[in-house]
Amino acid sequence: MIPLSWYLYLSAGLFGLGLYGVLARKNAIAILMGVELMLNAVNINIVAFWRYLTPENMSGQAFAVMVFAVAAAEVAVGLALVISIYRRRKTVDANEINLMKW
Amino acid sequence: MTAQQGVFLFISFVILFSAYTMVTRSNLVHAALFLVVTLFGVAVIFVLLDAGFLAVVQVLVYIGAIAILMIFAVMLTQDNAAKQQESMNLNYGWALLLSALFAFALIVMLGQWPDIGGLAPALDPRRDTIAELGSALVSPDGYVIPFEVASVLLLAALIGALVVARPQKKDK
Amino acid sequence: MSFFQDPVSAISALISNFLYTLLPQAWAHLIMTLLGVVVVASFGLIIVIFLIWVERKIAARFQDRVGPNRAGPYGLLQTFADMVKLLTKEDVIPEKADRLAFNIAPILSVVAVLLIWAVIPFAPGWIGTDLNVGVLYIAAVGSFGILSILMAGWSSNNKYALLGAFRAVAQLISYEVPMLITLMVPVLLARGMGMMDMVRDQAVWFIVLAPVSAIIFLVSSIAEIGRTPFDLLEAESEIVAGYHTEYTGMKFGLFFAAEFLHAFTIGVLFAILFLGGWRGPGAEEFPLLGVIYLMLKASVGYFIVMWVRSTLPRIRIDQMLALNWKFLTPLSLALLILTAIVEKTFEGNAWRVPALLIGNVIVLIVSYYIMRAASRRTSKERVTFKKRPVAKPA
Repeated sequence: MIPLSWYLYLSAGLFGLGLYGVLARKNAIAILMGVELMLNAVNINIVAFWRYLTPENMSGQAFAVMVFAVAAAEVAVGLALVISIYRRRKTVDANEINLMKW
Repeated sequence: MTAQQGVFLFISFVILFSAYTMVTRSNLVHAALFLVVTLFGVAVIFVLLDAGFLAVVQVLVYIGAIAILMIFAVMLTQDNAAKQQESMNLNYGWALLLSALFAFALIVMLGQWPDIGGLAPALDPRRDTIAELGSALVSPDGYVIPFEVASVLLLAALIGALVVARPQKKDK
Repeated sequence: MSFFQDPVSAISALISNFLYTLLPQAWAHLIMTLLGVVVVASFGLIIVIFLIWVERKIAARFQDRVGPNRAGPYGLLQTFADMVKLLTKEDVIPEKADRLAFNIAPILSVVAVLLIWAVIPFAPGWIGTDLNVGVLYIAAVGSFGILSILMAGWSSNNKYALLGAFRAVAQLISYEVPMLITLMVPVLLARGMGMMDMVRDQAVWFIVLAPVSAIIFLVSSIAEIGRTPFDLLEAESEIVAGYHTEYTGMKFGLFFAAEFLHAFTIGVLFAILFLGGWRGPGAEEFPLLGVIYLMLKASVGYFIVMWVRSTLPRIRIDQMLALNWKFLTPLSLALLILTAIVEKTFEGNAWRVPALLIGNVIVLIVSYYIMRAASRRTSKERVTFKKRPVAKPA
């Protein structure tokens, strides 16, 4: 019913939007939200390929589970860093957090 | 236009629209709520792809934990709720060009692949995909090593986040 | 006779035959599904009306008074009176409140609870949808309720509401951890996550096989729904009214209804996971009996929730979080490991039941001794004050 191309185009569009969110936003948390969009696009891609090309081999879903785990870990550490930076510098603007040590 | 195609088109419109709204809003709490809508749409896509377990895990992990964490972080780092800053930085023009080019190039390259219009092979309804996924994740010639490494990664992230976000003792 | 034996299937066969003659198959199927959704949701919402009356009467009896008895015989129409009052109150929206989030939060709160009713097996063959990941689905839709609390607290533009929302979310996401871990114990015992299979595999009720897990599930569920002793989120003496301070009228009514329905849903889940669900004599042939058994068992769970509410005092948030992370989570992990090991060793053996029961009792005794040793280690010296002159009557 639904050709594979539709899923792949959806994931390409979502990835592009996530990329725009990462490159164009000022707020550090908004950048992390863009990264989440990209990870979701990749997940749609993996599961679509699993379903259409190799549904008898569970590798597609296993790797999607790995992506979930890695995304959760990355968001936790990233937000902890953002909150820690906010405590010191009172800003989360990515333009202003531009010194390695002050 | 079958019912499945109709559902897919509606959901992909919802996903792309809320993702676009999310990356252009300056009010970050609204952006986080649109992120939740996008993540829920992706869960529906997983259901369409016969991966029901992944759909439920998507809601549980992304919406139940990651989105809530993002909303918390947004609320804790907004010092003045009324001050609406501009959401885009100075090179948003180049970012727009680059991401549009990237997505377009991906779509064109995918279109070159001859098998892309293929339909889904039929899935045997008696298969227990969850049991197969479970045994794939823990069997030695399956994916047990990435599984264990992911657990260690999550433990490291847990400890790291705790250590980084702890309030520092003030030096006298 | 067959109509009375299985009325729901008879009625649905009648309606679907009628629809198939009129419409193409996909549309008829869609309308049947929507009708099913309406039936299940209405059942949930109508039960709330009865539940509020039961709650007030039983809380009153625990407190040695009668409860509402003016509005209708035995006060049965009291809930209708309350709903009419809430509907006619003025709908106040704070000035700088975030309108979209403010309006959606109560709706999302009710929706999150109603979504659980989609996978509850009322009787053999009567279930909204038989997902093969039913248990995980229940955990996942709990997170919508948490989101609604955050939206309610943030959009009220009120410092106390926001603080109450933060505390509420901290409590709810902390208590999700032991709840999920103890949810895995019936999944292990039933070898699957589907709700229908979970009831069908309970030839021996799971509360006999995993009693301590049942207690931990009940405790963490009471914390999840925000009831006493864990109700500092919304108790009037604590933080005005917590995250729903700024809500009036029917929006508050929706939060109110969602809380009561959630409490009853916890009772139903406890009945399905640990007390055998719709199983009972004669439930296989007469599905109506199955529904009655399920409601009776769920009422037992709901009565325990109300009993605990009327009896125990409130605990502070730091005591609550310490209870969760230092006691419930390690204990539930230990029970999960124990259940997995015993299940694998005694697979298919008749000694499975006593082995699990004895294992649970051993874990309970060991944890009691560990807790006693820990509390002795941390108990402080008794503080005595110097004798001070006090005013004596002349």
